[in-house]
Amino acid sequence: MIRVELVKMLRRPRTWVTIAMLNALPTLVAILLAVTDVGPRSGTGPAFLSAVLTDGTLYPLAALAIVLPLFLPVAVAMMAGEAVAGEAQAGTLRYLLVRPVGRTRLLVAKLISIVMFVLLTVVIVAVLGYVVGMLLLGDGDSSGLVSGVSGTSLTGTQIAQRTMMAVAYVTLSMLGVAALALLLSTFTDSALGAALGALAFLIASTLLLTLDAAAALQPYLPTRYWLAFVDLFRDPILWGDLVRGLLLQGVYLVGFLGAGWANFTSKDITS
Amino acid sequence: MIKTRGLTKRYGALTAVDGLDLDVREGDVYGFLGANGSGKTTTVRMLLGLVLATSGDIEVDGEVMPGAAARVLPRVGALVEGPAAYGHLSGRTNLMLLDASGGGSSRSTRKRRVGEALERVGLSAVGRRPVRAYSLGMRQRLGLAAALLREPRLLVLDEPTNGLDPQGIREIRELLLALNARGTTVFLSSHLLAEVEQLCTRVGVLDRGRLVMQDELATVRAPTGRVVVRTPDADQVAGVIGRGVVHRDSDVVVVDGLDAPTLNAELVKAGLRVSELGPERRTLEQVVLEAAERAGSTGVLR
Repeated sequence: MIRVELVKMLRRPRTWVTIAMLNALPTLVAILLAVTDVGPRSGTGPAFLSAVLTDGTLYPLAALAIVLPLFLPVAVAMMAGEAVAGEAQAGTLRYLLVRPVGRTRLLVAKLISIVMFVLLTVVIVAVLGYVVGMLLLGDGDSSGLVSGVSGTSLTGTQIAQRTMMAVAYVTLSMLGVAALALLLSTFTDSALGAALGALAFLIASTLLLTLDAAAALQPYLPTRYWLAFVDLFRDPILWGDLVRGLLLQGVYLVGFLGAGWANFTSKDITS
Repeated sequence: MIKTRGLTKRYGALTAVDGLDLDVREGDVYGFLGANGSGKTTTVRMLLGLVLATSGDIEVDGEVMPGAAARVLPRVGALVEGPAAYGHLSGRTNLMLLDASGGGSSRSTRKRRVGEALERVGLSAVGRRPVRAYSLGMRQRLGLAAALLREPRLLVLDEPTNGLDPQGIREIRELLLALNARGTTVFLSSHLLAEVEQLCTRVGVLDRGRLVMQDELATVRAPTGRVVVRTPDADQVAGVIGRGVVHRDSDVVVVDGLDAPTLNAELVKAGLRVSELGPERRTLEQVVLEAAERAGSTGVLR
């Protein structure tokens, strides 16, 4: 079933359109930077963007930081919101279930397919970011050493390793959104409704993060630790927020997926 | 093959299916008749484990549903409330994916089985066209092909001839009869009396969630023991027969208590013209309407 879900995901035109659109913005930003040579002032704009002007090899990270706050979660919410509700809308859900595919199994297969979609997307963003960065911004440092966020130098191998860790972290950061959209997807036959519901939750979370009065809530908000992957490029790595971010996503995953499972396995399928 | 006891489904205050005792035997072509909204589809969904019953038991192919769904459903082919497929993929790819999604089917024979199923429903020549470009009739055939993929022991078909032209309906009818002859039990839900009458060996009639009749088609349509005489001389015929006449129209006389040969001889002896004479058989429509009337229904069945 997992294999079938992956095939369905990969053969859907929408998957590739989404990925293409996700890559458009970082590419555009790289072109603008290369043409104008005007970077954001240090400390403003997405992470790493001020650093990439001198070193294109950091551009994958800048690209991730560009898509992470909005584009990626929108794509994930769309995919996950569509997962069950889309099958219900198309009428294929009932045929899958009488095939028979167990309901728990179907839900897990859907989640895995979404995670694989995120991983694929993030990897493509990173790889394309690297290519674009090298082509347009160039490999600025001839010594082979580039400076991390802390100012100390990281070797090329370290950068490569930590970029891979960043890719993994970004992928796992999307688990909460994915699980929430999947939960909503089991409640409604409207894929759009489920996706928008999950997005509303994220927007609320982002808003509360800027509100000082919500300080007590902030450590528990799903978007709180999203950009913690920047900490991977400090020397030494600052693990605190990264670990908290992963644990928080784990809690959201278990909670939302559990609720989704409880609803889906006891639900009358009337679509 | 299918047995339910007291099968009931309530949606809040509404009782969609009420104390159903279905009995579908192995080898039957069972016609499950009911008007739209009488609870047919809800029943079919409960049999397949899609909708969970409020109370009552279901047994399909000797095992309890929905508990044993994982074991039972691989032996069941189903078409529920119209076909469905992924529009951007071809019919063949759809079937390959559907077959691969669950267990209980061999991977090595998949390609062959998909080809055979498509051939059976007359879709083998369609090629790589995406399903979104299929006509309604083609989609219906594809849905049937999906139900046939694993040579099921039981076919549960909800309105299988929807959207088909007369030629297509005949092809599907022949296909189902051929499958039945090879041992497949067919459970066919329909609101079309004619379809059931032509195809089925047993009928169950659902009226507002209740099973008002369940019997062999041959039994319900057996001769009533009365004889129908069609004649231009209705008055004289009635006069000759006398007390045996139970019903009279301008050109039809229904006679009770005399068999057809005796009656025929009498009318010939009297020199009366007869255009038609034969035993009375009720149509399925009459039977269904009577059963519904007994149950106090106002539901209309075509």
